Amino acid sequence: MSYIGIVITYVFIQNFILVQFMGLCPFIGVSKNSESAIGMGVAVTFVTAITSVVCWGVSHLFLIPFDLEYLQTIAYILVIAALVQLVEMVIRKMSPGLYQALGIYLPLITTNCAVLGIAVINADNGYNLLESFLAGLSAGLGFTMAIVLMSNIREKLDMTPVRKVFRGVPIAFISAGLMALAFMMFDQSLLSNLHLV
Amino acid sequence: MSVVIAFLIVGILGLVLGFGLAVAEKKLAVEKDPKLEELEGAMPGANCGGCGYAGCQAYAEAVYNGTAPAGLCSPGGAELAAKMGEILGIKVELKEKMVAFVFCRGNSEVTATDYQYKGMADCNAAALLQGGPVGCKEGCLHLGSCISVCPVGAISKDEKGNVVVDKEKCIGCGKCVSVCPNNVIRLVPYSQEWICACNNHEPGGKVRKTCQVGCIGCKMCETKVENSPFKVESFLSSNDWNKDQSTAEAAAEICPQKCIVRRS
Repeated sequence: MSYIGIVITYVFIQNFILVQFMGLCPFIGVSKNSESAIGMGVAVTFVTAITSVVCWGVSHLFLIPFDLEYLQTIAYILVIAALVQLVEMVIRKMSPGLYQALGIYLPLITTNCAVLGIAVINADNGYNLLESFLAGLSAGLGFTMAIVLMSNIREKLDMTPVRKVFRGVPIAFISAGLMALAFMMFDQSLLSNLHLV
Repeated sequence: MSVVIAFLIVGILGLVLGFGLAVAEKKLAVEKDPKLEELEGAMPGANCGGCGYAGCQAYAEAVYNGTAPAGLCSPGGAELAAKMGEILGIKVELKEKMVAFVFCRGNSEVTATDYQYKGMADCNAAALLQGGPVGCKEGCLHLGSCISVCPVGAISKDEKGNVVVDKEKCIGCGKCVSVCPNNVIRLVPYSQEWICACNNHEPGGKVRKTCQVGCIGCKMCETKVENSPFKVESFLSSNDWNKDQSTAEAAAEICPQKCIVRRS
């Protein structure tokens, strides 16, 4: 698969939130305003991209040569946890405002299945280093796109008269479902139509 | 042998990452004011949210930044406010502890019932159906949403079926105030003794039809007692907490509906 094909696949066709339904916790939790949504998106993109590279390295330098693929999950989680800690420290230092806005959802990137998901998907598809990096980056971009779109929708929803029982998270989930429905139209035929397979 | 290698690889990976994080922590350390840490340590840690902030830490930071006054914490009370002032070196105005009170004594014996409600035992659900089964549309629905939301179990039903708040247990967090669909629960000062326990703003004739203990807005408490702290507005009497309370008992005695009650 070409590099452009990988980008299109993980941004649209296999969008982590709207198609694969991974990482829904921050998707609902941090999408109340677009500013923190962009911050969260950038943080997740950074973590998925770096995780893809580091996990590829761990996998090809240690796990595969010693026949230790069964340690994949624990080794990946170690890498992810350390990276998230690092990102948290950097954000706390650089932008205390963003650190406040992200709150508990920042350390929760550790347990965000989108991050472990992309590392495992890379390994399963046998991507090389560059392909892994691109897949991780575009998975993060897809996440960012979905969460920023969602935050804009929710900002509009806040000013809309919604029935009391639906106000807040329930209407957000309904909107997310409709967005996911729209993303269902992307499938592998898009790649073949673009002559990318 | 492979077990040893697996052990070594995961161990070394963990060590390298841990060491890297330790270095990063040193390099990227954010200096925290010891005063702020002391403030956070002094908080009660109940995270009840009664102050209007997300939790004890958020409130401590707001006080530290000067965006919030020191006396907002109900569980901590005056003691904590004084301590906060001491830590920050500022003067703190002490506010009286506020506790919740149910402004309704209309149990099923004295208040009319519109219909038999058999839905879920939740006041907000019942209020959606024509304003609830109770004849008075502004009174207590007696389904106990406030009882279940109270973090310290200070709210209960007495033998007559009225919902009452134990003012000793109440920490004044205001959760019951926000859950009540009819705004029957509100915060009053701890020392407040005489309160008009009614929330009905309808004219006297209508109140008499639905409730035997509702305030009919006759103004007896306001006009027949000199220097009365009570004042009637839109057919409902209320006690002005800031006024002299010495004549409140006389006003309670003169009340024809006996809806001015002494809080136990």
